[in-house]
Amino acid sequence: MKQLWKYIRPHRFFILATLVIKFLGTYVELMIPDLMETIIDEKAPAGDMTQIYLYGGGMLLCAVCALVGNIVANRMSAVSSGKITRAIRHDLFVKLQSLSARQMDRLTVPSAESRLTSDTYNINQMLTRIQRMGIRAPILLIGGIIMTLQMDAALALVFIGLLPIIGVVVYFVTKYSVPMHMRQQTVLDKVVRVVQENITGIRVIKALSKSDHEKARFHAVNEELAQTGLKAGMITSVTNPVSTMVLNLGLTLVVVVGAFRVNSGEIQPGVIIAFLQYFTMILNAMLGITRIFVMWSKGAASADRVADVLELPEDLAVVPAEEGERSGKAAHIEFRNVSFSYTGVGMDIENLSFRLEHGQTLGILGPTGSGKTTILNLLLRLYDPDAGQVLLDGQDIRTIPYEQLREKFGIVFQNDFITEGTIAHNIRFFRDIDDATVYAAADAAQAEFIAEKEGGMDAEVVVRGNNLSGGQKQRLLIARALAANPEILVLDDASSALDYQTDSRLRRALRENYRNTTTVLVTQRVSSLRHADLILVLDDGRVSGAGDHAHLMQTCEEYRSIAQTQMGDRREGA
Amino acid sequence: MANVNMIGGGRYARGEGSGDNRRFEAKKIDVRALLVRLWKYLGRNRLLLVLALFLSVTSSLLVLYGPKLSGEAINAIDLGAGKVDFDTVFRCAILMVIFYICSSALTYLLHAVMLRLSRSVTKQMRHDVFENLTALPVGYFDRFQTGDIISTITYDVDTVNQSISADLLQILQSIVTVTVSFIMMLTIAPRLVLIFVFTIPVTFLFTRWMTKRVRPLFRTRSARLGELNGFVEEMLSGQKTIRAYGREKVVLERFDAKNNAAVEAYTTAEANGTLTGPSVNFINNLSLALVCVFSSVLLVQGKIRLGDLSSFVQYSRKFSGPINEVANIISELQSAIAAAERVFALIDAKPEPADAPDALVLESVEGDVELKDVDFSYVREQPIIQDLDLHAQPGSLTAIVGPTGAGKTTIINLLMRFYDVDAGGIYVDGNEIRSVTRSSLRKAYSMVLQETWLFHGTIFENIAYGKPDATMEEVIAAAKAAHIHSYITRLPQGYNTLLSDNGTSISKGQKQLLTIARAMLLDAHMLILDEATSNVDTRTEQRIQAAMRTLMQNKTCFVIAHRLSTIRSADNILVLDQGQVVEQGTHESLMAQKGFYCRLYESQFDAVS
Repeated sequence: MKQLWKYIRPHRFFILATLVIKFLGTYVELMIPDLMETIIDEKAPAGDMTQIYLYGGGMLLCAVCALVGNIVANRMSAVSSGKITRAIRHDLFVKLQSLSARQMDRLTVPSAESRLTSDTYNINQMLTRIQRMGIRAPILLIGGIIMTLQMDAALALVFIGLLPIIGVVVYFVTKYSVPMHMRQQTVLDKVVRVVQENITGIRVIKALSKSDHEKARFHAVNEELAQTGLKAGMITSVTNPVSTMVLNLGLTLVVVVGAFRVNSGEIQPGVIIAFLQYFTMILNAMLGITRIFVMWSKGAASADRVADVLELPEDLAVVPAEEGERSGKAAHIEFRNVSFSYTGVGMDIENLSFRLEHGQTLGILGPTGSGKTTILNLLLRLYDPDAGQVLLDGQDIRTIPYEQLREKFGIVFQNDFITEGTIAHNIRFFRDIDDATVYAAADAAQAEFIAEKEGGMDAEVVVRGNNLSGGQKQRLLIARALAANPEILVLDDASSALDYQTDSRLRRALRENYRNTTTVLVTQRVSSLRHADLILVLDDGRVSGAGDHAHLMQTCEEYRSIAQTQMGDRREGA
Repeated sequence: MANVNMIGGGRYARGEGSGDNRRFEAKKIDVRALLVRLWKYLGRNRLLLVLALFLSVTSSLLVLYGPKLSGEAINAIDLGAGKVDFDTVFRCAILMVIFYICSSALTYLLHAVMLRLSRSVTKQMRHDVFENLTALPVGYFDRFQTGDIISTITYDVDTVNQSISADLLQILQSIVTVTVSFIMMLTIAPRLVLIFVFTIPVTFLFTRWMTKRVRPLFRTRSARLGELNGFVEEMLSGQKTIRAYGREKVVLERFDAKNNAAVEAYTTAEANGTLTGPSVNFINNLSLALVCVFSSVLLVQGKIRLGDLSSFVQYSRKFSGPINEVANIISELQSAIAAAERVFALIDAKPEPADAPDALVLESVEGDVELKDVDFSYVREQPIIQDLDLHAQPGSLTAIVGPTGAGKTTIINLLMRFYDVDAGGIYVDGNEIRSVTRSSLRKAYSMVLQETWLFHGTIFENIAYGKPDATMEEVIAAAKAAHIHSYITRLPQGYNTLLSDNGTSISKGQKQLLTIARAMLLDAHMLILDEATSNVDTRTEQRIQAAMRTLMQNKTCFVIAHRLSTIRSADNILVLDQGQVVEQGTHESLMAQKGFYCRLYESQFDAVS
């Protein structure tokens, strides 16, 4: 909530003005039953027609003032809440973009997304509604009570005595229903999961004829959802009938007590009628306060969720370079005794060292989970190593300003991100790159399929690139990586969906057109690595072989056996 | 409920706005037909419905009788100090107590009945949607967003449900309240009712004007919010790439534009939408002032009594209340109708055609597969396969090769009957596959697809998925054959490890191994491998291939793979290019042809040497 106040602060005078206008509007509205009582009790019995019309006109005037005041205040509340929401969202998005991979892993994308959308929406709702109703309901309640006390204290005490009963009912209903609603949300998650699994696994389910099994699974969660919903609903729906009953009984009591007081000449009968009017008002105010309470607690919960993200410490800060650290002839890329662990338990990369000169190619090969992608994550500074240094041109990457560091790389991750838009848009990827360069990159990436598409470069790509085949996606991504002529090209298993022919043409194009680009390749294919200047064979975070193809064929048993299985027994075949 | 509603609302808004071009088309059904269908869902619980109707009418009547009684009591009080008719006052008070208690009890009962009613409708609707979902052809899911379908089965159904349980009840009670209040007012002071001849049309015109004015604003609001949500969803999932390219600033600019548009649309809608509340109050206050002045006049003239005035004022409030609510109810109904359209569109989506009534059940399959003169296309006028003949003997290995995007998975789609051929026929052991049940045909194959699929459940359950009665020994044997057993045993919970959504510690390769283990467990005589091992590292693949070879013995196998060395042992090679089968034969015969296959094969050597 402290964070939220920071955003409210610049608008505090505007909000204060809103509340004052709202207060005035509500105040005049409260005068209406008061005027009515005067007419019925004093003016009508006196038979003074002018006075009746005058007071009637007064009621009308109050109604108009209330209308204007409330409309103005409501509009103002929408404006200020909108501005506050926009600022929060902006800052939250900036923060989310700056999170390190490690922080994002912990937060998870769906959670980040819901904080940015539904939580900020909740905050907006809370801000507008509290401005709109937060002043009205309490004023109506307190004002109503004061007015009735003034009119007749004894009668007023009758229903003031009833209010705590309603309070207790609301308290208990909330206490029991909130956990129920949370449970319902969890069960709903289960339903979503079953449906999601059924859609993504449709081929497997159909192949194994498991539709009936899946229907039974769905039926179970569907039933559970219906049951929890029913239970929660049964509790929640207690509030309304019970509150209404209590107030109506109070109303009856007012009539009875009023009868005695009229009989003893202490009050006029008109007071009872006015009381009945205030009753409705107080009932609505009570319900309004309950709603505000619910809104406040939900808004506060959302504000806390947003603040949690905003308050995350800045990871991967840039460290000032130490003087004189650059020594002699620096390699383009150097890993110096690097160790790293994602979880802190066990080592994902252990004491890794290698050097790569400008324009050279590094190939990384190894079984699943051996740490290939981890090396890339460290090189790109998506994570910082636990020990050792990653150096670019002899400079520790922790000392390189963020934007300078990013400009050096062209990257294709595994299953990389494709956005909705045109092919050209995906290759440019929010950068200023001229058409000629885009076409050149696409050519080098062997993306000749673009020309065959209707619209060519302007052909539409749907979400996640669902209208492209695996191979087309990969070539598009490679074109993106090449488009800015990067110093370093990083490809993480980026050509796995390409056939050998296309793959080899791609590598030839890279050799010929991007001679000065240093390349880091992670792959499962030995053929992709054959021309690499340095090949690292990884096993469980450690290097089990390093050198070029010829060297490894002689020294590394693992590499040799992999190469032989993949390339086939050439002597026989040829 | 509020909690669920809000979140639901937000999600719904996203569904609403996430780009019109990629939503499954909710056909424009006319509203009347839609209401008839909704009515059918309600009609299944006729007893509850009748009960709800009865309860709502009686409870409203009881509440409405209250002001009449209090009016009578006030008349008795109005006789003046010392002359109050206490007998009447007490009689009225006791009746009021009884009426109010009964009415509250009935209201609660009514809520209970409506909850049950809406629960049964929701459950049935979800059931129907899911039921059809499982029957839809595979192609349906290739076209539509998963999130979209999910939001229909959860949030859209919820929206319809809320409308049924809340709006229906409100409409019902409003009708009763308005009618009864009107009659009561007529009996008390017919002349005063004339006031409403003025205020009702005002209310009516105002709400109509408001609805017309506000509806498009709220529609824009949902659309902008949807756009923002869509953008956020996309950009957050690409956060790593955006960071890697250092494009945060540009993306932030775009975000700000969407954010501003959303907030602006939101503020406008809100600012105009909140006109309703004060305006409704104003009209209420206006009626009150008019009623008050005119009734005072009548009182002065001695035409009515004070108690009557009191009841009349109370009834007039009750009378104008529901009429003012109409605007809200109408807009709620609009969103419910939109949601119902989406739900029904999904229920009505065309399922796979049913099995022929005399369809055979394939039993003890030998594995003799023959394709005769097969033609097939996904889109008319774009033939994918023409005149394809293929004969796979029991126990033979058919390899399907070709460059990226050549349409290799199409063959699999046809074999498994995920799609039907346009012409020609596919025969398994001499039976045309359209003459046998789909389930028995598909059970005759084991299949490992390129995309791994695991569900929320234990490792054991995932491996045993295709064979529900599998013993632990069988599962372990399959896992061993797939070289995943030792990994599993290293997990703290072993085979009981729960695979959660994000598959936390499971790597892509390990997932692949688990699905291979799943296929290993099946007893099928035919096997389909779709680039199954491309995610597994080479060393593991060597072992798997050895195991696979054992598994493939005596099985008819169809393999899609990029690695030509593994295909050389195939009995028959199907070479595809640009969606067409260009060559067919053994490795030797194809090499001798010096055609496409030969070039493809040599390009590998070219790459290697």
